[in-house]
Amino acid sequence: MIAALAFYLFAAILIASAVMVVTARNPVHSVLFLILAFFNAAALFLIAGAEFLAMILVIVYVGAVAVLFLFVVMMLDIDFARLREGFQRYAPIGAIIGGILFLELVLVVGSWGFSSQANELRLAPNPGADVTNAEAIGRILYTDYVYLFQASGLVLLVAMIGAIVLTHRQREGTKRQNIAAQVYRTGSVALEKVPSGAGIATLGIRRPPEPEPEAPKVTHDTGHGHGGHH
Amino acid sequence: MTPGMAMGGTTEMTIGLAHYLTVSAILLVLGIFGIFLNRKNVIVILMSVELILLSVNLNFVAFSASLQDLNGQIFAMFVLTVAAAEAAIGLAIVVIYFRNRGSIEVEGISTLKG
Repeated sequence: MIAALAFYLFAAILIASAVMVVTARNPVHSVLFLILAFFNAAALFLIAGAEFLAMILVIVYVGAVAVLFLFVVMMLDIDFARLREGFQRYAPIGAIIGGILFLELVLVVGSWGFSSQANELRLAPNPGADVTNAEAIGRILYTDYVYLFQASGLVLLVAMIGAIVLTHRQREGTKRQNIAAQVYRTGSVALEKVPSGAGIATLGIRRPPEPEPEAPKVTHDTGHGHGGHH
Repeated sequence: MTPGMAMGGTTEMTIGLAHYLTVSAILLVLGIFGIFLNRKNVIVILMSVELILLSVNLNFVAFSASLQDLNGQIFAMFVLTVAAAEAAIGLAIVVIYFRNRGSIEVEGISTLKG
C-alpha cells in the first residue's frame, strides 16, 4: 500500500519534472529539473528492488552528468532568448509525432504478454533474499559479463580522451615551457669563471640581447565580441 | 509469472509491470517531444536524450524485477555507461562548436559537412 502510494508520487514527480526539462525557459532550470527527475527515477528503481542501480544512478547521473551539463550551460555565454524562436512552430509536429509514438507503445503493451517459457529462459535468476542486490550483481558482472565490463571501461576511457582532445587548445599569447627548445639551446650558454665571494656583481649581469619591440597591432573589432557570426 | 520473492528487504514488484511500462513510455515520448520542441538548443536536446535513456533503464529494471532476472540490471548499467560517455563527448562538441561559431544553434551545424 505504502509502496504503491510512493510509486505514484515518485512517478508523478518524475513525469512533471521531465515536462519541465523540455519546456523550461532557462536551460539552468532544465538541468535542475533533470536532477530532480534522476532522483525520482532512482526512487522508482528502489521500489523495483534494484538498490545498487538506484545508487549508481544518483552517483553517476546526478553527481557527474548533470553537473557536467550545469557547468556547460553556465560556462557558455548563450543568448537563450534567440534559441527559443521556433518553439511554437515546432510544438505541433512534435506533439503529433509524440502522440503517434505513444499510441504505438500503448498498442504494443496492450497486445503483448510473457512467453510461457519465460521462467525457464532466464539467464541469471535472482538468488533470493539471502544475497543483497549489489552482491548478486557483482557475482555475474565480474564472471559472465567481465568482457563487457572491460569494454564499457574502454568506452569511458575513449570518451575521456575524446573530450580532452576535443576541448584542448593552444591559446595565442600564453607562455609555455618548450623543453625541446631548451635542451637544444647551444651557443648562448657558456661557463664563465666567477671569482668566489664576489659573485657576478664584478662581471656585471649579462643578459641576451633584447629583441626589437613589435609595432602595436591595429585592432578593428573592438567591443564587438562574437556577435558577428550568426 | 512467479510471485516475486523479497529482495534486499523490499517487497518485490508490489507495483505491476504495466505501471512501470506506462511511466517509461511517457518519459520516452516526453524526451522525443523535447527534441522536436528545442530544435535549436543542443544542450536541451542532449538532456532529452538523457531522458530517453532513463526511460530505457526504467524498462530494463522493471522487466528485471518482474522476471526476477538480474540480466536487466546488468544491461541497465551498460546503458548508464554509454549515456555518461555520450554526454561527455556531446558536451565537448558543444563547447568547441560554441567556441568556433559563438552560438549553439543546431541549424548551422550542417555547415560542418565535408
